[in-house]
Amino acid sequence: MSSEPIFEIKLTRRVGDRQIDLNAVTDASLTALVGPSGAGKTTTLNCIAGLLKPERGRIVVAGRVLFDSALKINLPPEKRRAGYIFQQGRLFPHMNVAANLAYGEKLHAAEERWITQGEVVEFLGIGHLLDRLPVTLSGGEARRVAIGRALLSAPKFLLMDEPLTSLDAARGEEILRVVERIRDELALPVLYVSHAMGEVERLTDSVIRLEA
Amino acid sequence: MLLSASEWAIVALSLKVSLVAMAATLPVAYALAWLLARKRFPGILLLDALVHLPLVVPPVVTGWLLLILFGRNGPVGSFLEDHLGIVLVFRWTGAALAAAVMALPLMVRAIRLSIESVDRRLEEAARTLGARPLRAFLTVTLPLSVPGILAGSVLGFARSIGEFGATITFASNIPGETRTLPLAIYTGLQMPGGEEMVTRLALISVGLSIAALVASEWLVRRSGAKLGQGGGHVL
Repeated sequence: MSSEPIFEIKLTRRVGDRQIDLNAVTDASLTALVGPSGAGKTTTLNCIAGLLKPERGRIVVAGRVLFDSALKINLPPEKRRAGYIFQQGRLFPHMNVAANLAYGEKLHAAEERWITQGEVVEFLGIGHLLDRLPVTLSGGEARRVAIGRALLSAPKFLLMDEPLTSLDAARGEEILRVVERIRDELALPVLYVSHAMGEVERLTDSVIRLEA
Repeated sequence: MLLSASEWAIVALSLKVSLVAMAATLPVAYALAWLLARKRFPGILLLDALVHLPLVVPPVVTGWLLLILFGRNGPVGSFLEDHLGIVLVFRWTGAALAAAVMALPLMVRAIRLSIESVDRRLEEAARTLGARPLRAFLTVTLPLSVPGILAGSVLGFARSIGEFGATITFASNIPGETRTLPLAIYTGLQMPGGEEMVTRLALISVGLSIAALVASEWLVRRSGAKLGQGGGHVL
């Protein structure tokens, strides 16, 4: 007896002159998506988040059908409830950290949210940053704020695109611990993109591979 | 420098015409700039060319085209008069329309550059956080394009203050109604003994234009500094 799959990702999508074909079903709450640069990892995340449309396929996360070309289901990004942590933070430059954190929080009803701004600030240790503008943050600080912003948007799952990119070893270790705590304490499905196998082996043995 | 009451009235009329022209054009200019910056559709080149037309054709031709369209017998003019009771020719509102049309390309260019510099990936981030397209636009794209709005407004204002050819063609040169600064200066030059008034009005006109350009540069730098971006020029 297998439990209900957490991620069901079947998609076909052309990018330039390449084609991504993925057919993966996993039942681990944290699944890693690995592959060399240019294999289509970010493209896959964008398809799951609804920012790109696959030519065909079916994407189901934790029982919610986000996309199904046969059934003509294609939820817009704002309905997918994906907490997407982008490779380059993408914090809103005209808002301070507190406003960035509150952005997605304000767009969801109280009963949809499962964490408060106070809890997120505590969880990530970013209380001293609330008044700062993103341009003044270090790489590690910006990464933590981006994670907090995603957690507060009432997500039903997280997409993390190489969250350790361009961080030194110590900052990377901090973020990795945050990811472990998300896995262990928040019980939130996470799709974790990386090309570093060491990092992936530490986090999970559920791995989806994309070939170049 | 002392201006006579009638000269002050000319300055006041010019400011009124330019401010109204700018305020009325801004939403149109923003919408056009957004379309040109963000959308790809058939006819976009034609729209782009139409917007820029007042920049390249002689202003007197623009004025003549306005007369054909917005004159009392023109298709738009007769509609406005019959259904809304609005007459534009030979009125200060007509001078504002002429100024608006002439300012439009400059405003669209400044705003378009600003919208193009907004990272679309920020809009995508807003979408994944739960924002519908309109909200993503209002909370991300619009505030981040404020430098272009400010710069475009000031440029449009400066262009409106200096507008001559289209105004005199479409709205004529009526004292107290459509005789703005450039038209008054032109009239002064035709009159014997008008040199002193011409000098005073010309100085005012130069001062207003320089003030507008300095204000534009300052506003762009200030809003750029706040976002941690470089100065950014509009021209």
